[in-house]
Amino acid sequence: MDCMVTGGNVKVLAKAIHSLSRIGEELYLEPQEDGLALRTVNSSRSAYACFLFSPLFFQRYSSCRSPVFRCKMAVKSVQAVFRSLSSLEKTVERCRIELNSEKSRITFTLHCKHGLLKTHNLSFQDCESLQAVFDRESCANVLRAQPRLMVDTVLHFPSSLEEVSVSVQRVNECGSGNHVEEEAEHSKAMLTELCLSAEEFEQFTVSCPTRITFCLKEMRGLLMFAESSGLPVSLYFDEPGRPVVLRLTESVLEVNFVLATLSEDSHPSNHKNNNTERLPNPAPADDFMNDDIDSYLIAMETSELAPGGSGCAPPRDTQLRARATSEGEEEEEEEMGRPANKKFRSLFFGSMLPTSSQVTNQTLRSQEVLASDSENEEEGNS
Amino acid sequence: MKFRAKMVDVGCLNHFTRVVNTISKLTKTCTLRLTADNLFFMLSDKVANGGVSMWCELSQANFFDEFQLEGVTAEANEIYLELQPENMSRALRTAQNAKSLKVKLTKKHCPCLTLAAELPSLSSASRLVTHDIPVDVIPRRLWQDFKEPSVPDFDVSIYLPPIKTMKNVVDRMKNLSNHLVLEANLKGEMNLKIETDLVSVSTHFKDLGNPSWDDDGSQGPSQDRDPEAMAHARVDIKKLQQFLAGQQVNPSKGMCNIVNKRMLHFILLHEDVSLQYFIPAVA
Repeated sequence: MDCMVTGGNVKVLAKAIHSLSRIGEELYLEPQEDGLALRTVNSSRSAYACFLFSPLFFQRYSSCRSPVFRCKMAVKSVQAVFRSLSSLEKTVERCRIELNSEKSRITFTLHCKHGLLKTHNLSFQDCESLQAVFDRESCANVLRAQPRLMVDTVLHFPSSLEEVSVSVQRVNECGSGNHVEEEAEHSKAMLTELCLSAEEFEQFTVSCPTRITFCLKEMRGLLMFAESSGLPVSLYFDEPGRPVVLRLTESVLEVNFVLATLSEDSHPSNHKNNNTERLPNPAPADDFMNDDIDSYLIAMETSELAPGGSGCAPPRDTQLRARATSEGEEEEEEEMGRPANKKFRSLFFGSMLPTSSQVTNQTLRSQEVLASDSENEEEGNS
Repeated sequence: MKFRAKMVDVGCLNHFTRVVNTISKLTKTCTLRLTADNLFFMLSDKVANGGVSMWCELSQANFFDEFQLEGVTAEANEIYLELQPENMSRALRTAQNAKSLKVKLTKKHCPCLTLAAELPSLSSASRLVTHDIPVDVIPRRLWQDFKEPSVPDFDVSIYLPPIKTMKNVVDRMKNLSNHLVLEANLKGEMNLKIETDLVSVSTHFKDLGNPSWDDDGSQGPSQDRDPEAMAHARVDIKKLQQFLAGQQVNPSKGMCNIVNKRMLHFILLHEDVSLQYFIPAVA
């Protein structure tokens, strides 16, 4: 692979790297025929992000001769190349990315003003393709809005907040669909809710009124990029438990963030259903999949899977056990697995089990309260 | 028990936000007492327990355009709530350019003080942001714990220099020592002192003036006190710093009453808001 980025696109690339660094620790780089794909996944595999820069994004782009080349590296080291966004804008004129597979080096060369060259040689690891399985076309609900609206919305929530819920109601006759965000936290925390009218969105297609909950941190990562690019953000989602896809497109750029959502109930059978329904190709144990189990909503597909071998999902128990042993045996896996587990539990069980009924009740109740309040008000005014 | 209030003026909203921010800097939890005319933020740590206490009084009419309150009974027409001022401060922060702000007591998953702000939006319809701040309703039998503190039987009362100046001095001193001695006399002189094995630092203020307390009947300093004699109290420097650092309501008048070797009593007045703060002396 050999490609050259010039002018303002260097900053776009840099912003993309920064945005990815908010999500995962490793950057998966794959030069494809249709452009350069930069991907990452978070440690608990509940969030996946992909930036696809089309060949036209580059001044010059040639993918690899061998079509299967893929690699990954620490996102931090790539971030270091593009550390200061402001100085980047002022000084860097071009950026060349070259891959030397013999030497196992990826080279970022920044051509700065006054003929200054900054060269970063990074080592990488070969890896499988990272690809989340999602189908945004089938999503019942689509919201599209200017990034400013999303940023303003997220601003109301404290930075420590982990999860956020989005609930939508079908547009009724008066055309006032509501978009509610709410903190799904235990009872002692402050609950914040924001209602947006459907009119504020560029697109507001709701065919299945629902309420989904997902992690805010990753969304903030995307919004950071969206805000600087000024591109409208689309949200594709379905029922709780199905992933939400945040998407940004431009002629030379496509960004997809796929985030897991909390499933409505954590009943095992339900998960299984979700799983089989959701994953046409649920991958069996390969090192990539070891900590990816049950309900999780994002299936990572590896290209190295034998097509025949992935017919049906292995039983849940086996998968769980597989993870347990791999944790015990491989140190590296354990290191990665531990925090992931914790997060996973807090994400899907910790806050799910005790509060699932409570949370749903809360919405109902709070909505009732809202309604009765406006009634009261009228009484008060009259 | 019902409470509902509405604020529309941006100036009032900002002012109220500053008061709440100040409170939230001073304490993690506090008691909010609502009466037909006033709001009180109270911190009930007893001086005897070694803690600080705080008493902040606002007149509701200066902030709210509507204010409806229905207490427990007609004769006890008050509501006492325990809440975390930080939550309230956070909620108000997101309501800064609100067209209106409603505050009401609601029963959700738990009793809540709900702040609902109507925000401008891109369309004709407003954005509505609501924050449900969980509160504990304090039962009537415990109300007696929250009496307004009486002005203590102090030895010296003195006007404070500008809070900012004091803060700058105390911030520096905090790096050197954990305790600070504040002393003042009836000639308008006040000193801030620290003393450690390595260093002694003192900052002198003069011509500050001494408020006269005679007309409101509380016991002021005895007439025969030597005007030059200093009354002093040694306090935890962190508590003093916290008090000075949290000030966002630029007070028009600030004073300090010193009960020799017992405690410091600060009073800040800003138009309609008064804030009292008690810091116990340590040995």
